[in-house]
Amino acid sequence: MKKKNRWGLCVAPLYLFTLLFVLGPMIYMVAISFAVDNGDGHGFFWQFTVENYTKMTDPVYLQCFTQSFRLAFSTTLLVMLLGYPFGYFMAKLSERGKKTMMFLIMVPFWTSSLLRLYGWIIILQAKGVMNGVLMKLGILERPLKILYSYPAVLIGMVYALLPFMILAVYSSVEKMDWSLVEAARDLGASPARAFLTVTFKLTLPGLLSGVILTFVPSMGLFFIADILGGNKIVLVGSLIQDQLTRGSNWPFAAALAVILTVLTSLMIFLYRKITHVKDLEGIF
Amino acid sequence: MKKKRFPGSKLYLALITLITYLPIAVVVVFSFNDSKLPVAWKGFTLHWYQVLLQDHALIEALRNSIVLGVVSCAFAAVIGTLGAIGMARVNYRSKGMMEYLSTVPIMVPEIILGMVFMAFFSLLNLPFGMVTLVIAHTAFCIPYVFTMVKARLVGIDPSLEEAARDLGASPGRTFWDITLPLIMPAVASGCLLSFAMSFDDVVISIFVNGPKLSTLPIKVYTQLKTGVTPEINALCTIILAVVVVVLVVAALLRRRK
Repeated sequence: MKKKNRWGLCVAPLYLFTLLFVLGPMIYMVAISFAVDNGDGHGFFWQFTVENYTKMTDPVYLQCFTQSFRLAFSTTLLVMLLGYPFGYFMAKLSERGKKTMMFLIMVPFWTSSLLRLYGWIIILQAKGVMNGVLMKLGILERPLKILYSYPAVLIGMVYALLPFMILAVYSSVEKMDWSLVEAARDLGASPARAFLTVTFKLTLPGLLSGVILTFVPSMGLFFIADILGGNKIVLVGSLIQDQLTRGSNWPFAAALAVILTVLTSLMIFLYRKITHVKDLEGIF
Repeated sequence: MKKKRFPGSKLYLALITLITYLPIAVVVVFSFNDSKLPVAWKGFTLHWYQVLLQDHALIEALRNSIVLGVVSCAFAAVIGTLGAIGMARVNYRSKGMMEYLSTVPIMVPEIILGMVFMAFFSLLNLPFGMVTLVIAHTAFCIPYVFTMVKARLVGIDPSLEEAARDLGASPGRTFWDITLPLIMPAVASGCLLSFAMSFDDVVISIFVNGPKLSTLPIKVYTQLKTGVTPEINALCTIILAVVVVVLVVAALLRRRK
């Protein structure tokens, strides 16, 4: 009995911290989402209402949700198309090659993501590096106006989230038992067929984990749309921030956050159902 | 088995890696540019590095970021490691639920974490500043340490601990001499990842930093919206250099082992 108590003591800080600073705030958020904004920009009063939720069906907000989802979907799709082959090829390198590649992926992780976005601004701006080079080479006659547009935001998002997909896919390809592919080939499967029926299926947990690791953050990365999109693209993330800082409608911001949390939890739940894997692959 | 390589796979890896480094290279190059605007190359200068040393606000922000990263990383290391060790040995009915809850901070979009903390801290009447930043950052650092240590504990051969106990070591001694050294690499990589995440976080910090305190990412974010000064490029270049040196040294040390 005494022994059990001691290990119980070990989990105490985690339990305390999680209950106080994770569960507590979450419950509070749900509570606020049913409260009424008192309109003076500084608070709300406790009176039950679902108005904050019904308000979301307003076309303005619906459009914002659609835009966020569209961006998140395109980002995830691109990240998947670029990241899967990268992780796959990387896992097939020699031990030395893998280590070098890992090093090359980790370095940008440690540099400020905002500064890297700034690098993209320098590259993409009208008089910037890319247009300069392309015009000198005679490929372009007039500068392309990419910055402060949808493609710029997409580039920024894909760029920021690609490493997560790469690491997730890489770790699951690494763990794969190659003799299974060999067996499929011996039994007469073409390389393409062996890939689709064996490799792809076995690395699906990694791929799906990468999908979640890109899709979930991309719903909330308001600062990329903010900086590279120049206020033209309003995402749910920007909307929440706006409601909190300028609009100061906390109950509505809370309701938006609840919906976003429910949607993302649903994705993680589906991931676990499909892959039977509890922890997301790749980040750990 | 001989692994067949897809033709062009190395070219693909090289190309993507090159693009990854492109914006970083641009920032580094323009930190030496003799112009306030990052459009054309006007000649080499170290001027921005001198300006950087005079920029007390920026240095202050850097200091805040380092303090914040180290403190929340330390809290997360203790809470996360103890939690993972304890979780492996207790069997409360609430365990599964708690494991899920403790990883929630990295499962929901950052902005939600930021806003719930902002609301909750105002409810608790906590003064916004370093304390609120540390609590928020500790919350999203714990999952990294916790999950890594948990995964490592699963891989430890239980007979090692049993052997120590059989040879008469107390549970405390066994933990100190056997378990802790075995999980140390996981604690270390959890800490490194936490620090990197904390050092780079802007979304959560911006909600809980309060009016007076600025971290480096917040400073950069504000400048990106209002106008960037080239000394930021210089600072980033220095940080990049430090990171590369640290990573190379770490790799060399690991090889020597």
